[in-house]
Amino acid sequence: MPNDLRGDEMAVSSEGMSLVQHLPALQVAVPLVGSVLCAIVRQRHLAAAITIACSVAMPVIAYLLLEIVREHGTISYAMGGWEPPVGIEYRIDVVNAYLLLLVSIMGALVALYAPRSIANEIAPEKQGLYYSMYLMCLAGLLGMAITGDAFNVFVFMEISSLAMYTLIALGSERRALVAAFQYLVIGTLGATFYVIGVGLIFTMTGSLNLYDISQLVWDSEHVRPVIAGLAFITIGFGLKLAMFPLHLWLPNAYAYAPTVATAFIASTATKVAVYLLLRFLFSVFGTDYTFGLTPAAEIMMVLAVLAMIVASLSAIYQVNVKRMLAYSSVAQVGYMLLGIALVSEAGLTGGISHLFNHAIIKAALFLAVGCIFYSSGVTRIENLAGMGRQMPLTLGAFVIAGLGLIGVPGTAGFVSKWYLIEASAAAGHWWLVIAIVVSSVLAVVYVGRVIEVAYFREPVAKVVRRPEPEMVLITWALAAAVIWFGIDTELNAGIAGEAARSLLAGWRE
Amino acid sequence: MILDVILRIGAKMFIPFILVFGLYVHLHGDFGPGGGFQAGVIIAAAVVLYAIVFGKDAAVRVVPVWVVELMVSLGVLIFCAVGVWSMFMGGEFLNYNVIFHAPPVSQYDAVHGQHWGVFLVEIGVLVTVTGTMLTIFYSFAGRGRAE
Amino acid sequence: MTELADRPLLEALATNYNYWITIVLMVSGLFIVVSKSNMIKTLVGLGIFQTSVYLLYLSPGKILGATPPIMAEGIESYSNPLPHVLILTAIVVGVATLALGLALVVRIHEAYGTIEEDEITAVVDREDYAE
Repeated sequence: MPNDLRGDEMAVSSEGMSLVQHLPALQVAVPLVGSVLCAIVRQRHLAAAITIACSVAMPVIAYLLLEIVREHGTISYAMGGWEPPVGIEYRIDVVNAYLLLLVSIMGALVALYAPRSIANEIAPEKQGLYYSMYLMCLAGLLGMAITGDAFNVFVFMEISSLAMYTLIALGSERRALVAAFQYLVIGTLGATFYVIGVGLIFTMTGSLNLYDISQLVWDSEHVRPVIAGLAFITIGFGLKLAMFPLHLWLPNAYAYAPTVATAFIASTATKVAVYLLLRFLFSVFGTDYTFGLTPAAEIMMVLAVLAMIVASLSAIYQVNVKRMLAYSSVAQVGYMLLGIALVSEAGLTGGISHLFNHAIIKAALFLAVGCIFYSSGVTRIENLAGMGRQMPLTLGAFVIAGLGLIGVPGTAGFVSKWYLIEASAAAGHWWLVIAIVVSSVLAVVYVGRVIEVAYFREPVAKVVRRPEPEMVLITWALAAAVIWFGIDTELNAGIAGEAARSLLAGWRE
Repeated sequence: MILDVILRIGAKMFIPFILVFGLYVHLHGDFGPGGGFQAGVIIAAAVVLYAIVFGKDAAVRVVPVWVVELMVSLGVLIFCAVGVWSMFMGGEFLNYNVIFHAPPVSQYDAVHGQHWGVFLVEIGVLVTVTGTMLTIFYSFAGRGRAE
Repeated sequence: MTELADRPLLEALATNYNYWITIVLMVSGLFIVVSKSNMIKTLVGLGIFQTSVYLLYLSPGKILGATPPIMAEGIESYSNPLPHVLILTAIVVGVATLALGLALVVRIHEAYGTIEEDEITAVVDREDYAE
């Protein structure tokens, strides 16, 4: 009898698939299997080896996917052979192909950096589980970036978030537990808001496939539930990406997590959430729907400016260098949201290129802080005194990345800020230009404070040991990337422009 | 311990039935309501009942902690193995049609594959859910009292 | 039914009562999360908030007068099975979140000796001041 029940949708492909066609599934499955293997072996050296092997394979897969997308256009992978919109679809176009590359490169660098730093910060018997959770988080983030199914986004979001709460709770201070709990509560609220929004849209359109929703959204019988759904989704991602008044979980989570975990989360988690927000606002709903029927742009513009100013001011008053960088992250998310709120090609280009630049800059800064902590155990800014002379290499990388954060010409940060200023001026919002400049000046103050302490004061803390060569090397590789992207502007802004055009075009046919 | 003889005899009588019922729910999941999630919780409940009546130490002797923790990972591994196996056979990840027959697949073969694919994945779910429930139980039960 | 139609508010309540229950659960869950300082109560609120979502998904999937989604001879209309599968996943996620949350609360209790968030904040502030 089951024969009669299977309709034509159970189409059976007539020939086998080659390995290249499986890359979308492997992108998520490899770190997932790696995570499980780490949990089974538990032994820390073996787990570290598995983690490095899986993490290093990720950029390779992401790069191959990017090449295929550039050559043949959008990839659609039907999970389990169930064709979309019925089944879960993995959908890769230029926008998320670049994001996958970014997340996987960051994952690989952090994994290579991790072993000695982790050995220093986490008890030996817990290290195997740390690696397991790290790979689980990576799998979740890559899954969020790759999937084209609204509910699948929720599942991967929770996989990555649950792993992230655990990573934060593994921090050495007892405050890490409280930070993880607060993040758990707020993160779960965010994910639930998202799922409420998806539920409302599912009820109105009858589809969970993002591409399918984009075709159906204008035909829904009533507009109001769909707009309510869009609002819920925006708030949900706003909680996840630390949109200004919803950012309260972030500083503590970043400050008390193990340093490598902070570097990884800061450079990937919020970025993936920003990508998904872009995806929903531009591709799924389209600019006409999102910004025509709702005041999303105006609200986001105000929140973005508040984030840029208020969070930068908070950063100035921090005593812990990780907390300072965390508040700076909230401010930088403001720039990305500003790029979204401008709803123009130049604005989006600026926002997206800032997403990439900020990932690299923040990773470099946090990894430099990791080197300092490894060598001397210092996290308070006043105890950094004299470090510039004691650890010239590490602090050199910190200064370069710090200049990128400020947006000094010749660094990556300048390029994206320039685009944002250009877009603001083109839209006639001169107050936004002033806000960007003021926020950059505030960045000069908080980065400058660290540099002043590190180079112009007498040493307080003792450097117990040198940071390991691979740790310094990776920090410097990222610092060099900050300069490279600042000089070779075509690379970064070109990619961002391509993504921006693709997003503005929307999916609606 | 001598006074709760009814509880102990009752538990001993119930546990085999709970386990069999768990398996029934699991195997029935192919054709009707049921499946790995529900069955996993029911089987875990049997062990939890044993632990409540006879003490956690007795339960740990029957189902050691390392077995439970291994089960959590093992189930996910079974799930992924089915997915990867279907990739080797030339279908998409988790495409059950091809797990026994390389494409091109006839309709009959596809149904054969779907049946076994669901069955194998549900076993993975059963193992993981049982393991997770018991891991949660073991890590909370008795904590803070022994020390 | 004619009497109900005369009273729009009552009609809205009676015909869409599933949504009203969803909204009440949602708002009360959110209120508990925001207002309570006790961490266990926060988790309870979170649980109620998540439960409201289960209802939001499941109730539109049910078709009045239809059967469960099991295929058999002579069945024409059946409830949509997709929301059930989605919510099964959401329930598992909810259980995982609750377990992790409780585990963190246990560890916090061991580290601080309390699970009241305002008391912990006071301790944290004191530590910050002492440094």
